Amino acid sequence: MKESIAALAATAGLLIVSVAFGQQETSPAYKYQGDPRVYADLAKAPEKARAKHNPFETDTQAVAAGQNLFEQHCAECHGNAADGSKKAPSLRAEEVQNAAPGAIFWILTNGVVRRGMPVWSKLPEAQRWQLVTFIESLGPPSPNSIEKKSP
Amino acid sequence: MNSSSVRCLPGIFFLVSLAFVTPVVRGQESPYVVTYDHYLEEPGNLEIEYFSTFGTQRAGNDFHAFWAELEYGATAWWTTELYLEGQTTFNESTIFTGYRWENRIRPLKSEHFINPVLYFEYESKNGADKILKEVEGHDVQADFLTPNADARKEHIHEIELKLILSSTVKGWNFSENILPAKNLSNNPWEFGYALGASRPLAMKASATRCSFCPQNFAAGLEMYGGLGDRHSFGLRNTSHYLAPAVAWNLPSGWTLRLSSGFGLNDNSHRFLLRWGVAREISGFGEMVTHMFGGRR
Repeated sequence: MKESIAALAATAGLLIVSVAFGQQETSPAYKYQGDPRVYADLAKAPEKARAKHNPFETDTQAVAAGQNLFEQHCAECHGNAADGSKKAPSLRAEEVQNAAPGAIFWILTNGVVRRGMPVWSKLPEAQRWQLVTFIESLGPPSPNSIEKKSP
Repeated sequence: MNSSSVRCLPGIFFLVSLAFVTPVVRGQESPYVVTYDHYLEEPGNLEIEYFSTFGTQRAGNDFHAFWAELEYGATAWWTTELYLEGQTTFNESTIFTGYRWENRIRPLKSEHFINPVLYFEYESKNGADKILKEVEGHDVQADFLTPNADARKEHIHEIELKLILSSTVKGWNFSENILPAKNLSNNPWEFGYALGASRPLAMKASATRCSFCPQNFAAGLEMYGGLGDRHSFGLRNTSHYLAPAVAWNLPSGWTLRLSSGFGLNDNSHRFLLRWGVAREISGFGEMVTHMFGGRR
């Protein structure tokens, strides 16, 4: 019995450590907003990936479908308006808005695992392209969010 | 229900309450119950899961085994899980059978054709454990014939390793798990496997939010079984199962899974009906940090 309690206590301790460790990693010292380093991974997309054509570019339904997917899977970190949060950068930044659709698709597929962005290849390819279509439709940051974030 | 089972109830009640009152996020879960793919929990999120397995027993009492699972995304490359498990053997008793602590680590930074994940688990359970979360060594259905009162006297400390290999091609996921496990009381290494293939019912998401849209469903097939031990590696005296499975990812944040497993030889249980419910809580890590005075 004593052994089981000790093992359970050790397990609980390790779980707390993992929460603390994870928290440390997902709360970077720098602010995401206005820091161009967080977008550097977009430039790492290989030329072949960058050149991929978005099959939903002219699909009028894709923005709405992408918005649904965004709300379900991405808004939690990137914010409801995709303006970014402490956990993840803004998707309205010009680095993202000017990026090739293929580069955004590549980031969605591969994640930026060491910076806390998970791999999203579990979403079928079509859904990832629908997300790309929605992200591209966002445009620059909303004036309200700029006002809110300025010191 | 004995006293140790009763002591677990407040904990289970707390976990279920937590799932109702905290912000949720919708996961995109696979239908697998036994097989692991390479997708880890999103960092900072906690998934609370409950699973049931009803199994038929040849020449003995059927059983209902169940477990609660707390899955936490420590980072985007490390997921840690705690299991609490129990079982009811019909015409016998309901007992708590133990706990296990599991870790999955993704060694590669980006997506590849085959994506490896390293798995390490410690189990502290008694001999009455029937959850069949994996099948290993010479596990056979006759092992479950020992009455609960006797089986629970045996204490098992076990480590289990897994190499998870998983690929996603054109919407299909193919996963292969190879497992060596070692009972720490001087038993030989035992081996097992799990294979799975699955895909969502629709590749495109619909423009409207809906519960019954085909993209919310994923269907698949699992096969799992034992491969003997270090002294007698192979299929002799081992059990194997084939299990079609389906998952329903609801927009409200709940995931339901259903799997019916069929024993492939006389050493296997004839039928295993498994079902599970899961809910993912977003920002759990932040909540805990805030609780202990940290900044949000």
